Amino acid sequence: MSSLVQSVDWLAIAPPTIAAVVGLVVLVADLFVGETRKPLLGWFSVAGLAAATLMLLPLLDADRSTFCLVGDTGVCSYTADRFTLVIQFLVLGGALLAALLSVTALKDEGKRLPEGEYWFLFLSSAAGAALLPASRDLATLVVALEVASLPAFALVGLRHGDRKSSEAALKFFLSSVTATAVSLLGISFVYAATGTLHLTLVAERIQTVDGQLHTLAQTGVVLTLVGFAFKTAAVPFHFWVPDTYVGAPLPIAAYLSVIGKAVGFSGLILVTVVALPSYADVWGPALAVLAALTMTVGNVGALRQQTTRAYSAVRLLAWSSVGQAGYLLVPIAAAAYSDDAEKSIGATLAYALMYGAVNLGAFAVAALVGRAHRLNRVADYRGLYASNPLTALLLGFFLLCLAGLPPGIIGLFAKVTVFAAAVDAGLGWLTVVMAVNVVIALVYYLQWTALLFRAPEGRPVRHRLPAPLTAAIALTGVIGIALSGAPQLVLRFTDTGLF
Amino acid sequence: MIDISESVMQFLLAFLVAGPLLGAVAALLPAPPGLKGKSPDQAVLRHGVTVTGAILVAAIVLALGFDHDQPSKMQATTDISWIPALDVRLHLGTDGISLPLLVLTALLTFLSALYSYSRPPTGPSPKAFVALLLVLESGTLATFAVLDLILFFLAFEMVLIPMYFLIARWGGGGRAEAAWKFILYTLLGSVIMLLGLLLIGIEAGTFDMVALATDNGRSLTTSVQVIAVLAIGIGLAVKTPMWPLHSWLPDAHTAAPTVGSVLLAGVLLKMGTYGFVRILLPAAPDGFRTFAPYLAAFAVVGIIYGSLACLALAGQGANGDLKRLIAYSSVGHMGFVLLGIATMTPTGVNGALFANVAHGLITGLLFFLVGGLKDRTGSTDLDTLAKEAGAALYGRAPRLGALFAFAAVASLGLPGLAGFWGEMLALFGAFEPAEGLSRPAFLTFMAIGAFGTLLTAAYLLVMVRRVCMGAVPQDAPALTDVRLREFAAWTPLVVLTVVAGLWPKALLGLTDPAVQQLLSGGTR
Repeated sequence: MSSLVQSVDWLAIAPPTIAAVVGLVVLVADLFVGETRKPLLGWFSVAGLAAATLMLLPLLDADRSTFCLVGDTGVCSYTADRFTLVIQFLVLGGALLAALLSVTALKDEGKRLPEGEYWFLFLSSAAGAALLPASRDLATLVVALEVASLPAFALVGLRHGDRKSSEAALKFFLSSVTATAVSLLGISFVYAATGTLHLTLVAERIQTVDGQLHTLAQTGVVLTLVGFAFKTAAVPFHFWVPDTYVGAPLPIAAYLSVIGKAVGFSGLILVTVVALPSYADVWGPALAVLAALTMTVGNVGALRQQTTRAYSAVRLLAWSSVGQAGYLLVPIAAAAYSDDAEKSIGATLAYALMYGAVNLGAFAVAALVGRAHRLNRVADYRGLYASNPLTALLLGFFLLCLAGLPPGIIGLFAKVTVFAAAVDAGLGWLTVVMAVNVVIALVYYLQWTALLFRAPEGRPVRHRLPAPLTAAIALTGVIGIALSGAPQLVLRFTDTGLF
Repeated sequence: MIDISESVMQFLLAFLVAGPLLGAVAALLPAPPGLKGKSPDQAVLRHGVTVTGAILVAAIVLALGFDHDQPSKMQATTDISWIPALDVRLHLGTDGISLPLLVLTALLTFLSALYSYSRPPTGPSPKAFVALLLVLESGTLATFAVLDLILFFLAFEMVLIPMYFLIARWGGGGRAEAAWKFILYTLLGSVIMLLGLLLIGIEAGTFDMVALATDNGRSLTTSVQVIAVLAIGIGLAVKTPMWPLHSWLPDAHTAAPTVGSVLLAGVLLKMGTYGFVRILLPAAPDGFRTFAPYLAAFAVVGIIYGSLACLALAGQGANGDLKRLIAYSSVGHMGFVLLGIATMTPTGVNGALFANVAHGLITGLLFFLVGGLKDRTGSTDLDTLAKEAGAALYGRAPRLGALFAFAAVASLGLPGLAGFWGEMLALFGAFEPAEGLSRPAFLTFMAIGAFGTLLTAAYLLVMVRRVCMGAVPQDAPALTDVRLREFAAWTPLVVLTVVAGLWPKALLGLTDPAVQQLLSGGTR
């Protein structure tokens, strides 16, 4: 019998570990740092996230695995392959941008948001989200999912003395916990049917399940999917989104719109494509219907937002993120029908990277405008071009990227890859639904864009740009424009092996 | 005609696409010292004239350097890999089919910029106006120059946002609604078109138009071709516009500023018909054959419908708007183009391409003239202009009246002017459609189309009578006749209309070999 002590590949697990360790250090340091020095915690966290992102670089050369089964080589709990690295980059990079927004938000909120706790929760959630795409067994997957979600509930409700904030947190918490419980039940069914938690082994053994256990296995598959569908805010698990986004501090809404989605769909990909490819005839149609419903409900919800309603900008972004989640699900559903599942999944990754960059960019501008206009109505953006031309041009660019129209070229190509995956899989009806949705979505994105360039009502308020917000807007803008010139940078994931 | 080295030709074509984009960025930046002009507005409008002028010169040099002995060969080609993952290549090139459209686009945009320079658009700062105009030019030129399906889609989409803003910001009454209608209709059409393009690309294994044309649909099953033609056809038909998908056009034309109308009618509509010829005919002939009779039927309905709508608008007391009238006449004229394409014969397709260019010249001129009339009288409403007796343009501004009458008779297809050949050839094509198409059906279409030319003549003559004729009232305010700058902007269109009418071979000699090759499957 070989040794029970495993050697751990520290380099492979460095990205999530650094995020977690920095979180703990911040929590402890918070006790010893004086009031005036508190902002340092934020900058330390930003540096930690940057370091975690940089630690992805040495992993690029080859796939690494660790926490493997002793004796049964090739079955591991943690794998840093291309898929993992892409999602980790999205999660950590997204968290970095959201952290930049948080620095300003914490400064503006003053005492109402406790800094130490905020950063600890933020980094813990990011660490969980970074762990998730690397997990290759169902137990690690659920642990990672919960590490990513639990701090997020707290973050949503963190604002002291804000009823809306705590109500949103409760809504978010209750619905999320129910979904987790359901998916845990599903996982236990799958475990009962196959006798293993490792995804690759599940994939092998579920094909030869005893006839009596067939129903159990199928129920397990469906229930497991429900939990992850919730995280991506797929319909009918979407109703918590708008209220949560409005109630949460704005950087947290930005964080949830990108990292929350990434967690959900990467878990979904692992469960469906890696663990249950033989059940493609179950989850394929289910995901396709889910995708169609999600994009339709999200876009119609966004369309119905009145520009003069309080918080309508955040509400609109929240609904639009539901719609975008629908597009993200399309290639996953297509993977069920296509011969080359990894190619389809690549389309989801490419779309997610594009969406992550431009959506965070839009949130960054929303954070900027929200400083002067507390209510953050879409109507408040009128005449932004007159006061801050560059910011307005960038927001217009971000919104058109989300809509998928030139000059947002990368948005257009990301949509084209999603369409291509669906056409390739023969999902004709889904492509038509998506085509109609693209048109619906254009209405509200373009309405907002057009508003930016209208003549301002009264004297334009010039927004002063704090350094962290400038950095976030500039970074997302540069990424968006660079990708528009060279879409291959993200689209290549549709062309290479992922797992 | 003149010998220009291949690399210069490549550069010229790439410059046609990229030049306006760079110009658009430059328009947004503050003017450099020495180019400030009298005011920032004047400087930026002059910038627009300079850039579009440079593009026009490049287009003319390209046309001169084009090897006119081999118009069916792709020339000035560039082929660089851009997005290997999607197999998208920056593949540019021009042949006898696209070259006339490139020159037409460059010409009309230049004339529009010139017109705006003499009459700055009413609305917000002209800075954005010039930038949008240039982006629009780049998008249309790219549509005619690219040889990759996905790039074609990109170029097709690129014109939407600029045109939306041109209508919504510088337009007349009802502009917001018209702009929305325009962008939503065309976006829905083009997204559906994307599905068809992807289907063709994925099934055939390439997005390259030249390869697809050479393949001539051999690697696509008939059912794939049918679905693809349906999807792409809907997208192109919205843009063209084909009856019954035309309803965005009259509103957009009525609300758009003069320059917007000129470019919309003169250039943007051609993107649709060009797509039919460049993509559908060669790449999916079987699928196209299935739909050709329906396309032809819709086309002749469009001809009759457009003419009847115009007749109704031209009558007294109908509150007809001149711009709306010309817009409906476009529906009719584009019907002839579609009929020509639907015959799938060299004659018909050549006629369609000829009618395309002729319509661009004539309708562009008509919209300029109506814009000039609006500047002088403040209205485009036919009843307000003409009252009971007629607007008496012949008496009050003889040159303007003469030009107006000229454009109208050119539009009705008077032999000897550009409008004649295209429509005649399209009808000729319908007389003997391609093999596999029902001849009796096409003979019927031809008869109906020929009747449509009569209706066209009727409403245009009514329009000329009401606008140009009549007794000059005593108390009528004086109208300035055509100004020098207006002459400069309009003369090229008049000259080209006459030249194309008297010497059709100049154009047909370019298109015919290319069309023959496309219809026979790439390589002849």
